[in-house]
Amino acid sequence: MVAVVPTTTYYLILAAVVFSIGTIGVLVRRNPLVLFMCIELMLNAVNLSFVALAKKLEDIGGQTTVFFVLVVAAAEVVVGLGIIVSILRKRPRATADDLAELKG
Amino acid sequence: MFVFIVAALMILAGAVGVVVRSHPVHAALSLVLTLFGVAVLFVAQDAHFLAAVQVIVYAGAIVVLFLFVIMLLGVDRAESLRIDPIKVQRPLAVIVGAGLCGLIVAAVIEGRDTLRARGAGIETATSVDGHDSNIKQLANDLFSNHVFAFEVTSVLLVIAVVGTVLLARRPGKRGAADVADEADVTPAGVS
Repeated sequence: MVAVVPTTTYYLILAAVVFSIGTIGVLVRRNPLVLFMCIELMLNAVNLSFVALAKKLEDIGGQTTVFFVLVVAAAEVVVGLGIIVSILRKRPRATADDLAELKG
Repeated sequence: MFVFIVAALMILAGAVGVVVRSHPVHAALSLVLTLFGVAVLFVAQDAHFLAAVQVIVYAGAIVVLFLFVIMLLGVDRAESLRIDPIKVQRPLAVIVGAGLCGLIVAAVIEGRDTLRARGAGIETATSVDGHDSNIKQLANDLFSNHVFAFEVTSVLLVIAVVGTVLLARRPGKRGAADVADEADVTPAGVS
């Protein structure tokens, strides 16, 4: 076992990779529920880099920000799933392409 | 380092699973894997309170909400990933994602020396002063510097609950079951 301690750079690179995977998911997938999961993936990547930098810079403010991100993500998921439920109830096979009716 | 490698493998496997699994339930379970990996890394970085909140709110409430909606709506059939409705969409998406990843990694590596100059970064103030210092520091910061944002957050949660109940209500007759379900699910986000 190598006694290498993971530095902040490792955490930031991992967060960057997870964020990019989430971006690819948002661009590729068509199921609105899976789109939401990919957005959660991106939020988690950002949370990870916030916590890594909070530890590195010895500033608890980063962890406070992650707390707020968690709360806002919970509210966002609740509202988004409410919208998705009410859309899918009308047209059960809707994909992301069919949601153009949301505009105006 | 061992913890980091295992948790990173968990996170990456889960993230890839969310994107490539065609079944929404499998994608949700892969998301749980990722969220647990992130919680492990939070513990490794002395953010104990956030790790607990991550498991409770994300894995406990949000993913359960996802699974609930999947089961409720019956959209749990596999989405066919073979067909590509827009021809160049997938290669373009992969190129955009790889480019984004490359740019962020380049920026991180470029700024590595700046980051290294800012303290040792291993023993921080978040890990000293007893085993519950993290939650004390977090509470101090939250209730002294960000108290207004905290109160606004509670207003946001109330608005989200009321709005979702209104959205999910069937027009005409009162969907009593739906209202009860939403009221059951949302308080978990408050914790």
